[in-house]
Amino acid sequence: MTAAAQAPATIDPGPTTPPAARRRRGTPVGLWLLVPSLLPVIAFSVYPLLNGIWLGFTDARAGAGVQFAFNGVQNYERLFDDGLFWNSFGIGLVWAFSVTILQFLLSLGLALLLNAGLRFQWLVRPLALVPWAMPSVVVAILWKLIYQPDAGILNAFLKNLGIIDTNINWLGSFTLALPAVIVVGVWAGMPQTTIALLAGLQNTSTDLHEAASLDGAGAWQRFRSVTLPALKPVIIAITSLDFVWNFNSFGLVYVLTEGGPGGRTKLPMLFAYESAFSSGEFGYAAAMGNAMVVLILAMLGVYLWRQLKENT
Amino acid sequence: MRTRPITRVGQYVALLAYIVFLGFPLLWLFSTAFKSPREVISLDPTLLPRTWSLDSFRVALDNTELFPSLLNSLIVAVSTAILTTVIALPAAYALARHRSKLRTVTVGWILVSQVFPFVLIVIPVFIVLRNLGLLNTLPGLVLVYVVWALPFTLWMLQGYVSAIPRDLEEAAATDGASRGQVLLRVIFPLLAPGLVATAMFAFISAWNEFFFALVVITDPAKETAPLLLARYVGGEGLVNLGPLAATALITTLPSLLIFAVAQRKLVSGMLAGSVKG
Repeated sequence: MTAAAQAPATIDPGPTTPPAARRRRGTPVGLWLLVPSLLPVIAFSVYPLLNGIWLGFTDARAGAGVQFAFNGVQNYERLFDDGLFWNSFGIGLVWAFSVTILQFLLSLGLALLLNAGLRFQWLVRPLALVPWAMPSVVVAILWKLIYQPDAGILNAFLKNLGIIDTNINWLGSFTLALPAVIVVGVWAGMPQTTIALLAGLQNTSTDLHEAASLDGAGAWQRFRSVTLPALKPVIIAITSLDFVWNFNSFGLVYVLTEGGPGGRTKLPMLFAYESAFSSGEFGYAAAMGNAMVVLILAMLGVYLWRQLKENT
Repeated sequence: MRTRPITRVGQYVALLAYIVFLGFPLLWLFSTAFKSPREVISLDPTLLPRTWSLDSFRVALDNTELFPSLLNSLIVAVSTAILTTVIALPAAYALARHRSKLRTVTVGWILVSQVFPFVLIVIPVFIVLRNLGLLNTLPGLVLVYVVWALPFTLWMLQGYVSAIPRDLEEAAATDGASRGQVLLRVIFPLLAPGLVATAMFAFISAWNEFFFALVVITDPAKETAPLLLARYVGGEGLVNLGPLAATALITTLPSLLIFAVAQRKLVSGMLAGSVKG
């Protein structure tokens, strides 16, 4: 990961350029070139971010226009006592952890397979990538078709195997809905994780492998003592990014279940979306967003710090 | 390295399992779309249609809302692709050629933009668009998408610029070419494939986007294709599975085609996306 990320930078012959040439294309020109990008980013990204932090401390509501007032930490006090929010936050954690871990394990397996020089692996590559090029709404629809209670293929399949007698309403079940959407999340997120891990694998040197092999190390030993340590930076980066992405996901589950049944799949983003755009509580929803970012960063910070300490 | 035969067999079994897991949902969508209306709701479903039928596509195409929504998506995605690329180009050039503090700031921003939850900015963005009178308009949506795609595009493009040797520029300058000529005659042609790949990337991300569209667009006449699909699922979609699958396939087609054309380039872009910073 780090190696791949640094690649463009190392190609850049910046420091070797003679001083005269550098002065000729001085910074002011470079600055002007950035303006077209900076303007929209400031207007639609930096400003909203800061404004969102401010809104979290106000009583802003959807219909009220600009007439809202600072109300201190009221939103946060309310959030602290809001059982529904914490419930949703908990669902978000279960979802993000499960999807991230399963996604990682399955992607690692696939990346190792794709790196093993098997025949027919060209078949898997496009299959593993197509979900990425699909709208999340379409991904949700195709899984909805599979999970259909009556004519769905999953129930038919399980029935034919004699595993179940009566059809299961997967997405409508209090206990099965969350696992069912987790499977979809894993399926949809595998492309990016697999690609990143595959790139990491291809960057690791084969010499060490050969040497370990000559020393009589078995496949598992080689994996544990050569591949895994070399992949470590990639693994840390991709799992933490996946975790945040998964925690923030919206479209997939929104279309699959709209947060149901009975709120069992109401991910935090769905909850915040409803607070803002169904109940119209802009200030409260903004506070929710702020709190979630802080909580997630705190969690990820601990994880990253531990990984860093372990590595040094 | 020697691989024991039994390991090889295990590897092929695993590969097959992946093919089924990854490919089956796609096959099922495809198969549902091509089944006859009666077969779609059959309680004993088959893997492939017994009789291939275009009925679902006929129903899907008969829907008067489909073409306007596809057109809206096309307008939004093409505008996003062009605007993002045009805006990002000078910045990417500056980032690749000048090492300044700004570069650090930008790279930091690119990284932050990755982990930044939309819920944090969607309400203020909504308010900004409302104040600008751009709520419920396609230009409003394009603005949001451009900003959303910019960090990524910028990073991809600066990689392409960095790959062009600086010597080429120097040589052209020594031969008496002006700065503008160097850019136009030397850099631009060499950058063309990168620009196309970047634009395709922005196109796909805008074509597929759902969340901001849901927030920004409320008028059915201005809906993008994902919004129309989501509305179907809520209502008639659950009754009309065949046409739903057909509509889903039609909607995926443009981004899938682009993906097929530029697969290699987009994969490296994807990689940059998951590792950038």
